[in-house]
Amino acid sequence: MKSESNLEKVLEAGKFAVTSEIGPPKSADGNVVRKKTGILKNFVDAANITDNQTAIVRLSSIAAASILLQEGIEPVAQMTVRDRNRIAIQSDILGAAALGVKNVLCLSGDHQKFGNHPSSKNVFDIDSMQLIRMLKDMRDAKKFQCGDEMDVEPRLFIGAAANPFADPFEFRVHRLAKKIDAGVDFIQTQGIYDINRFEKWLEEARSEGLTEKVYILGGVIPLKSAGAAKYIKNKVAGMIVPDSLIDRMKNAADPKQEGIKIAIETIEQLKDMKGVHGVHIMAIEWEEKVPEIVKESGLLPRPSV
Amino acid sequence: MDEILEMLARYERILLLGCGTCVTVCLAGGEREVGILAGQLRIHARQEGKSAQVDEHTIERQCEKEWVEEIKDRVEGVDVVMSMACGVGVQLVAEMYPEKPVFPALNTTFMGYPAQHGIWFENCRGCGNCVLHLSGGVCPITRCAKSLLNGPCGGSQNGECEIDKEIECAWQVIYDRLKKTGRLEWMNNYQPPRDWSTAGSGGPRRSVKIEEVLD
Ligand code: SF4
Ligand code: SF4
Repeated sequence: MKSESNLEKVLEAGKFAVTSEIGPPKSADGNVVRKKTGILKNFVDAANITDNQTAIVRLSSIAAASILLQEGIEPVAQMTVRDRNRIAIQSDILGAAALGVKNVLCLSGDHQKFGNHPSSKNVFDIDSMQLIRMLKDMRDAKKFQCGDEMDVEPRLFIGAAANPFADPFEFRVHRLAKKIDAGVDFIQTQGIYDINRFEKWLEEARSEGLTEKVYILGGVIPLKSAGAAKYIKNKVAGMIVPDSLIDRMKNAADPKQEGIKIAIETIEQLKDMKGVHGVHIMAIEWEEKVPEIVKESGLLPRPSV
Repeated sequence: MDEILEMLARYERILLLGCGTCVTVCLAGGEREVGILAGQLRIHARQEGKSAQVDEHTIERQCEKEWVEEIKDRVEGVDVVMSMACGVGVQLVAEMYPEKPVFPALNTTFMGYPAQHGIWFENCRGCGNCVLHLSGGVCPITRCAKSLLNGPCGGSQNGECEIDKEIECAWQVIYDRLKKTGRLEWMNNYQPPRDWSTAGSGGPRRSVKIEEVLD
């Protein structure tokens, strides 16, 4: 096994994996992380910790991951290439591994234009593809990016994102193939609302044999309101929300409950798709709904492996 | 303009020095703009009730010593030189006349060609290791907001960049061009991390063409 992480073991055992996401606070209050951890414990196999998502400064993902370990949930530390060069990333990865972090998700990161420090200088020394390869070389060849060797390598389960809804669509499966070649172990997709487009992407990935080479966790983001659905459709680059879904939210008596229902239906569909190995539930500042979603989707109890 | 007035506040005799090459073409610092700025400075001085001597002169190129040498007498006759060249020209004039203050009249922004009359886009950051022959003639370092090398990020949609709908996603353009010319394999293959030492991260850059060096 590459990392011995719980997530890796669950997937290796052929179980349908469940991950979720925790956004650290915009303050030094570690108790916020502890509280969110308490909500998710026993309902997920691992929880992602976002890394200054949307370029807004938050408590560090590796520090929060370390809190998760104390609280007994396995973290997936997200790592963007926006804010760190290859020196800082490798150093942080060694530190994370020393603290016991076993899963890392490699991301480009949202542009700082969207965040609370739009006048900052970005880094982008390497891209997310190169980050995957760098971590793989650190783990498997015990080598830094420069080629120098290390004694003790970080044993990591390497993840990355995939977005079947971005353009050019024809390139999206090639990009997945590239990430696999670069060394990725698992994929968490962008939130799925357009299930047809997702299936088209998956079908292509399957026919290229890619779903045999990597674990794919379908992304699910429960909607809170019709307004939120419209916002995602119009304002969040690289996402598709079909109008039928927006109408459904608009006509619902209890939109929040409808959003949960849609999420559960999506998970039910994902469970039946060949080549989907799990689900990644991103309930942004709505973590308290994750237990219900997992339970109603028939994904309890979580396996102990 | 306020920035320029602030820089010049302490000086009476000013040489406004235009440049006849790139900044003339991009309508920022040629003879015409020198004339306009000189007029504005004179009006401002009059409004303030001050006396000001504003000399106007434009040389062919402020980035070549030969041209900059020719204006020795003019420079000696003023208190300050306001250069309307790019950052390169300003620095050469300052280096050749170290006893004179030399100020930039422009905020040099980028290298680009006009997309249409009056609109310029950034095209090249002078990274020192060009990939245009591989990337379909579109620079990913400059024109992708994240300088990605392995294809579009997850925010690319409808050919627009995630940071601004007015900006094309460079990778969509690269994809289209490479597809048209049957060269997609560059995009499908893994591109390793770049050596940014040629792009300014190796410290100030220096370029030597040995056969041209006269000693
Ligand atoms: S690759 Fe480098 S040299 Fe070539 S256009 Fe881009 S920035 Fe300029
Ligand atoms: S949308 Fe395109 S140009 Fe903009 S950052 Fe992403 S890949 Fe680069």
